[in-house]
Order: sequence, then structure tokens, then C-alpha cells
Amino acid sequence: MGMTITEKILARASGAALVVPGEVAVVEVDTAVLLDLSFLPEGWREVLKVHDPSRIAIVFDHLVPAATVQAATCHKTGREFAAKFGIERLHDVGPDQGISHAVIAEHGYAVPGTVLVNADSHTCGAGAFNCAARGVGGPDMLWAVTTGSAWFRVGETVRYDFTGALRPGVTAKDLFLYIAGKYGAHVNQNIEYGGPGMSGLSINARRTLATMGAEFSAEFTIFEPDDVLVSYMRDRTTRPFEPVLPDPDARYADRRTIDLGALEPLVALPDAVVNQSVPVSEVAGTRIDQAFIGSCANGTLDDLALAAQVVRGRKVARGTRFIVTPGTQSIFRAALKAGYIETLLEAGAVVTPATCGACIGGHMGVLGPDEVCITASTRNFKGRMGDPSARIYMASPATVAASALAGRIAGAEEVFA
Amino acid sequence: MISGKTWCFGDNINTDLILPGPYLYRTQEEQARAVFQANRPGWVDQVAPGDAVIGGFNFGMGSSRPAARSLRLCGVGFLLAETINGLFFRNSVNYGLLACECPGVAAAFAEGDVAELSIADWRVRNARTGAMLAVTPVPSQLLAIMQGGGIYPLMAAKGLIASA
Ligand code: SF4
Repeated sequence: MGMTITEKILARASGAALVVPGEVAVVEVDTAVLLDLSFLPEGWREVLKVHDPSRIAIVFDHLVPAATVQAATCHKTGREFAAKFGIERLHDVGPDQGISHAVIAEHGYAVPGTVLVNADSHTCGAGAFNCAARGVGGPDMLWAVTTGSAWFRVGETVRYDFTGALRPGVTAKDLFLYIAGKYGAHVNQNIEYGGPGMSGLSINARRTLATMGAEFSAEFTIFEPDDVLVSYMRDRTTRPFEPVLPDPDARYADRRTIDLGALEPLVALPDAVVNQSVPVSEVAGTRIDQAFIGSCANGTLDDLALAAQVVRGRKVARGTRFIVTPGTQSIFRAALKAGYIETLLEAGAVVTPATCGACIGGHMGVLGPDEVCITASTRNFKGRMGDPSARIYMASPATVAASALAGRIAGAEEVFA
Repeated sequence: MISGKTWCFGDNINTDLILPGPYLYRTQEEQARAVFQANRPGWVDQVAPGDAVIGGFNFGMGSSRPAARSLRLCGVGFLLAETINGLFFRNSVNYGLLACECPGVAAAFAEGDVAELSIADWRVRNARTGAMLAVTPVPSQLLAIMQGGGIYPLMAAKGLIASA
């Protein structure tokens, strides 16, 4: 019987010839990624032994540099843990600081055909690398770090085939909003992306789409491998890897084809991500207090380039705060060299160090009561970015940048006309 | 059989509602006081130990934060929902919150009804209406962790982590 990509990777990692939906698979974890939040005293326990220090990476990201004493305490515990067990892959505050999912992408930690776990729900972003990556809870992380294993309920898979190519000014975020608006949640299901249009999507675009898989409530969100992926990985890891294609007779819960060329920019309405997508024109003119571009989904170099392209030579509206947070410090440096940062600053944006920051209402862009924000990040749940009465619209970096200029929700069509 | 007075919450209850982001760095007790503050302020003072939460579609959608622990700590005895988000389910197993999927449960209970849950035969009964529903069984190896108080005691017993 044929298997999907996710099923094949779970089978390989559990030493089974076959796994089928409905089973619980106990798998070998190739890479386990801990965050600053993993070391919260309320969840962390002193670890007495680790399975294999070389399979662990630690990334401080949610509150960096430390915004509170509690965050600083987490960082301290994390450093001590790394030192105690000789864990070399520690991304502390400094030059290789960044949001874990972006750091994983940059350093090639997500190896095609393997299993990766991380204590954050957007771990599925590493599915762009043909890796079965899943966000798990704090206790799962302790289990993975100490035993080298994890369990998964095997779900059914929905397959998406892309044809055509995105038009200028239409991004992977709009593609996500289209799928979220049309097909809604994928609870307990895996998502598999492929088709002739897939290879036209950059690695960063794939990461945006795979990362947003968490918002579908999907289990694993995974892309087919191609030459673009293989050369990306070869540049970043010396480890051998074996990408996985689905079997020709793989069984899917559903199979859907999307013409990328037919898509337009979309906006998600406040309080939920799925089933909330409308064309920009429907909410255009809505007054905003803040515009934010950042997060593991939209803090890539491509996102910063797009934002710079939209605001070049223009000014952010008076009374509107435009906050831009690169996904990693190395993206920050690359954007600086390319001139994007200068363009953004000249326009009136505030560019922050790489961190989760405003995305999670942590620091550097928290919303006050009744404020309105348009964000290119992952989530617009009630209270997500600060006060529960704040309203959060979600869109692509192009739409967010155009809205920052207007002080109201606006499209960026004229830039791409 | 265990029974609990029900609180009905509907579809798509997300982890930011159960455990708001600003509370992530607070103590477990403070987190438990913040449950549902955005959608149902004051609920934490009304819920009593052993009460049941009834959810709709995709209960616990969102983040990996320990929202299941917050529910347990504010006294929830068990959770029944049409569907439970995969990540929230993991945390329910690991933090020892009894959480099961039960198709039809949202329509079968009005708030305040008493739910009588039998794990032995995977059924729930509405004590007021007499309606009986099948509960989707939790795989036995996961149920054992869920009912055994979660995964921490297991890891401590194996000598992997320090005991509390
Ligand atoms: S950037 Fe936002 S969504 Fe991504 S890991 Fe950080 S808090 Fe989570």
C-alpha cells in the first residue's frame, strides 16, 4: 500500500515498513530544538541525562534580548543546561540570534527525510525542507531530549498540487490566506504540497506557507523535495540526507489543485486565521494604529525586500507605527547590506533586533486597548499581540507596508502594476 | 464513572484564550487565574473542581504553551470536544488532563447539564436528558499517561529528570 511523504518519514523513523492513519508511531527524533520558553521554571526540570547532545539545538527567541527578569532567568537556565551537556548549537543573544524556525532554516538543522521536534507550534515551517517537523509541548521536549524519541498519532494527508506562478505583488502569505479561506482547518490531518508550480516558489516562500500550516491546525505540513531544496541543503549541512517523495499510489484524504496565477492579495479579519480571508478592497480604508512585519512566517529577507520596495521614497503615515522585525540577525545584516533597512528607516519604520517580539505580544510592539493593527505574522487571535480588545488584521508584507504608508488598510497594487 | 457540571465553549477555542501570551512567563497559579479572561471574564471564579468543559470543533487550536495544564489547575475534571487540536491533545496527555473527542457532544449538552463519563466503555451520558454518546477511545498507551498524572512522573521514575 502506498504512503504519503509524512507516512514514509514516520515509517522510516520508527523502523516500520508501513504506517497507516490511526496508528500511534513512536519515532526516532533526528533533531530536538529547545527555546527560551522551554526553560521556564514552571515547566523545566533538571535533566539528569540527555540522549545525544549533538541532536539538540537551543535557540532563545521569544523574548530576546531578555525583556523581563523571568526571560533572563530562562536564558540563564538554558546556558547552564547547554554547558552541562556540551550542547554546541546554542543560539544566544548575539550574532546568530533569531527566531528558532528561521535559525533552523538558515543553518540546515532540518534534514530532509527525518523527524524534528521543537517546543513551538510553528515548527511545521521546516516542512519546507521535506522534514517531518512538529511543534510539541514542553514535556514532549524533555522526553525527546532525554530518550531521543517521540510519539505521533498518524493522521490522514491532504495533498495540494500547485500549477502556474504567483503574479508580482502576490505572496505565499496570500496563497496561505486563500487556502485558509477556501478549505478551512485541517485538524488531525497532514498537508502535502507539490505539483508543477511548487518549484517556482522560493525556499522562503515555501517556509512562509509551511509555517502557516500551524494555523490550519495541521499535524505535519510538508513539501516535496526538488533540486532547489537539495542545493539549499547542500550549502548548509555536511550531513548526508535522503529526501522522500510520496508513493505513486499514496492514499490522500483529498487532493486539490490550485492555480497560483489566479490568486490576489487577501486580508484575514480579526480574531481568527482560517475562514476569515477577504480581498484587500473589502477592508481598505480601515484606520490602523500599527503595522507589523516579522515573525517566523514573514521575517525573511524576501519579506524585508518586498516591504522596502513598497515604501521606497515614501513616508509612513503620521500617527501610525510601522515595526519591522527580521527573523534572524543574519537576515538583518543581509538586509542592511542590500539597503532595505535604510529604505525602511528613511520611510519611518522602526526596525528591531530579531525576536518573536510583537508577534506574541511580548515586547517591542505590544498593542493597547482598542488599537487596530495589520500584521504580517502568524496569528491574529484575540489578545495575541497585547490587549484583548485590540483588533488584528493579517496580510502579506506588501499589503502591510502599503497600509503603513496610508495609515489605513491599503493594497500595494500600484507598486506592482 | 466520573461526572461533572458542564461549561460549554463552542468551536475553535484557542490557546491564547486559555493561556494568554502575557502570562507565559508567570507562575502556573497566575496562569490558571487568567484562563478565558478575554472571552469569559470571571469564569475562573465560577468553575468548581471536577467540572467538565464541553468544546466544539478544534478545541485548543494554536500554540504549544501549557494551556492544558492551566485548565487542569483551575479545576477542570475532564474535557470533551467534537475535535481536539493535535498539539493541545499532546499537552493533555503530558499534563494529565483527561481530554477526549466525542462527536455530537456540543449539541447534546446545554451549559450546566451534568456529564457522566465512563472511560471503561467509552460513553458519556447527559444526566438531564438521558442522551448517550460514544466517546472516541484514546489509544491505551496514551491514556495510561493521561490518567497517571502526565509524563513528568514517568520521566522522574526512569531517572531522566529530577523529581519535583
Ligand atoms: S515568531 Fe511568533 S509564531 Fe513564530 S515562533 Fe515566535 S511567537 Fe511563535
